[in-house]
Amino acid sequence: MSAKVGRASGSREKPLPQITSENLPARVETIGQKPARNQLLWMYDRLTLIREFEERLKWLVETGVPVGAVHYYTGQEACAVGVCAALEPADWIASTHRGHGHCIAKGVEVHRMMAELYGKSTGTNRGKGGSMHITDVHRGMLGVNPIVGMGVTHAVGAALSAKVRHTSQVAVAFFGEGAASFGALHEAMNLAAIWTLPVVFVCENNGYSQSTPVEYAVAVPDIAERASAYRMPGVTVDGQDVKAVWAAAAAAIKRARSGAGPSLIECKTYRYYGHHQGDDTRRYRTKEEEDAARERDCIKRFREQVLNDGSLQPEELEAIDKKNKEKMDLAVIFAEQSPLPDPAELYTDVYVPGAR
Amino acid sequence: MKTDIVAAVRELTFNQAINEALRLEMRRDPTIVIMGEDIAGGAGLAHLGFVDAWGGSLRTTKGLITEFGPQRVLDTPIAEMGFVGAAVGAAMSGLRPIVEIMFVDLIGCCYDQIINQAAKMHYMMGGQLKLPLVIRTAYGTRGDGKRTYGGGAGAQHSQTLYSVLAHIPGLKVVVPSTAYNAKGLTISAIRDDGPVVILEHKFLGIAAKGPVPEEAYCLPIGRAVIVRPGEHVTLCAIGRMTHVCLEAAESLAAEGISAEVVDVLTLSPLDEGTILESVRRTRRLVVVDEDTPVASMARDIAARVAEKAFDDLDAPVKTVTAPDTPVPFAAVLEAHYVPRPAQVIRAVHDLFGTGD
Repeated sequence: MSAKVGRASGSREKPLPQITSENLPARVETIGQKPARNQLLWMYDRLTLIREFEERLKWLVETGVPVGAVHYYTGQEACAVGVCAALEPADWIASTHRGHGHCIAKGVEVHRMMAELYGKSTGTNRGKGGSMHITDVHRGMLGVNPIVGMGVTHAVGAALSAKVRHTSQVAVAFFGEGAASFGALHEAMNLAAIWTLPVVFVCENNGYSQSTPVEYAVAVPDIAERASAYRMPGVTVDGQDVKAVWAAAAAAIKRARSGAGPSLIECKTYRYYGHHQGDDTRRYRTKEEEDAARERDCIKRFREQVLNDGSLQPEELEAIDKKNKEKMDLAVIFAEQSPLPDPAELYTDVYVPGAR
Repeated sequence: MKTDIVAAVRELTFNQAINEALRLEMRRDPTIVIMGEDIAGGAGLAHLGFVDAWGGSLRTTKGLITEFGPQRVLDTPIAEMGFVGAAVGAAMSGLRPIVEIMFVDLIGCCYDQIINQAAKMHYMMGGQLKLPLVIRTAYGTRGDGKRTYGGGAGAQHSQTLYSVLAHIPGLKVVVPSTAYNAKGLTISAIRDDGPVVILEHKFLGIAAKGPVPEEAYCLPIGRAVIVRPGEHVTLCAIGRMTHVCLEAAESLAAEGISAEVVDVLTLSPLDEGTILESVRRTRRLVVVDEDTPVASMARDIAARVAEKAFDDLDAPVKTVTAPDTPVPFAAVLEAHYVPRPAQVIRAVHDLFGTGD
């Protein structure tokens, strides 16, 4: 591990680090069972950048840096990365309260995300959103949304927009198994089906909504079964296997883009930490269960797969590890040294200015 | 603002004026779509010769589907949370949706989409996106004791719930009172780049008829209008109450009291300037509101005037509102529920110390 950059290390006098734009998701050149080599590299880059972001964030929280309420994505990286690997830059995603991974997978820059968590004016939302509202419309990221299930309806609206404007964009609605019981989700799925909209519903079933187990809260064993009620294909995939997620997403996105309508993908996954930074999972999960989940870690398995079959080389992975650690060092320095919002910002952007 | 109309001879009802506003704007801008329950009606039955079966519950959207087709005039299932959410998402991604919530009583079904999503997006995302969304909704009772238009709808279909919308920062809330200002305010709302709610009074929709220019025109959102100048007392009215106040002012004139009537037109942002300027001249104020009194617009306006113009008042501010009860069903009870000119006159008499 590289040295962690914390609160004490930054000096206000130093100029902000110059950070170049991150790469957008690779264009999908082949849709089939096997991702192309450049996609494998991109997947590993995003998996490890998300992991590094969340681990760094957890360290910041534990050392007392006031980054607000955060919901760690650690453990679920393969879901966001597998889906976004199959998207085009102009496509849309709508996210959940556990949204850092979706943002990073869609290409939102980590230094601007970190600055947002610090409440700085250089943040994605200029310090007015925080973790639960990170948005970057220029990257097709319609917003982290902490009102569970509501972001799904916005993805359906973006898909409607694509259809009415005759673009080839696709929208992805990420949601958790907690939202699977929420009315808006069902209304949105029905609208998408009756209007044949280019949208893919991606359920990340991590087993618990806060402390409530899915077995208690959801009437069916697989949430993918719900698709049949809305006349759409539904598949359950191993959400700890990025290539499996990618294959399902690529097929569903292709279907959506072709005008054939929506699909539902359920990714069985696991969150390593609590619901939010203050949640002690031992109140509702056993150590044995958590250890077993970590045995299926998506990054560990991806490394084993690509090294065993020779599709990527160890030095390529190490170079990505190193680059992402450095990127997070810079992101934290950038966040620490960025200016706070001017107090007058309290009153700006209440109403949308302008008219057409 | 100039309210006299020079060229217009043609008369339209309030609802016809809104229909014309929608039609003209949809011709002007292909990104405008309208959505709602039975806004066309008989969806998918064109092969049987059924098109535009309803045209909206109050016929406000009649004829739009035959001009603009089902891709821009979208009948929805009964799913306010879903389709208002889809409209929010569509507004974030390139469309200018207009949604109809049949009656304001139904906003409970989609309140989150209005107060947490549409109203806050621009602010919490740091101003990075526009949200050109119009929500049209009908309010109020349908009778006036003499006439009734399918009235007697009872406690869940007759309310005046605009204060719960005006309470939310970021949302513009407009309440037209005539066919002329209904058309002009609707066009302004459609052209506005942010979310605007238009409350259309059910009774006025059919009963209010007046001259309306044929061309498109905008009336400013956030501007109240003095519809009858006077010297001795200001009657500040919202929506249908403007007509009640004009009737009261006519009677008061016969007894030598010159009442000025201010039509508020926009509840949020409220045009304090026009109200305060009027009160400083007349030195007396009665606020007349069809809504229930607790945490209402009537008391909000009264409080603002008390804070900012207390020294200019010759008497305490009076309010005339609906009682703090649900809307009753029986016509005799409903007629007592809605504020009437006699109550306004009594309130004015109280101000002058000439009451019973």
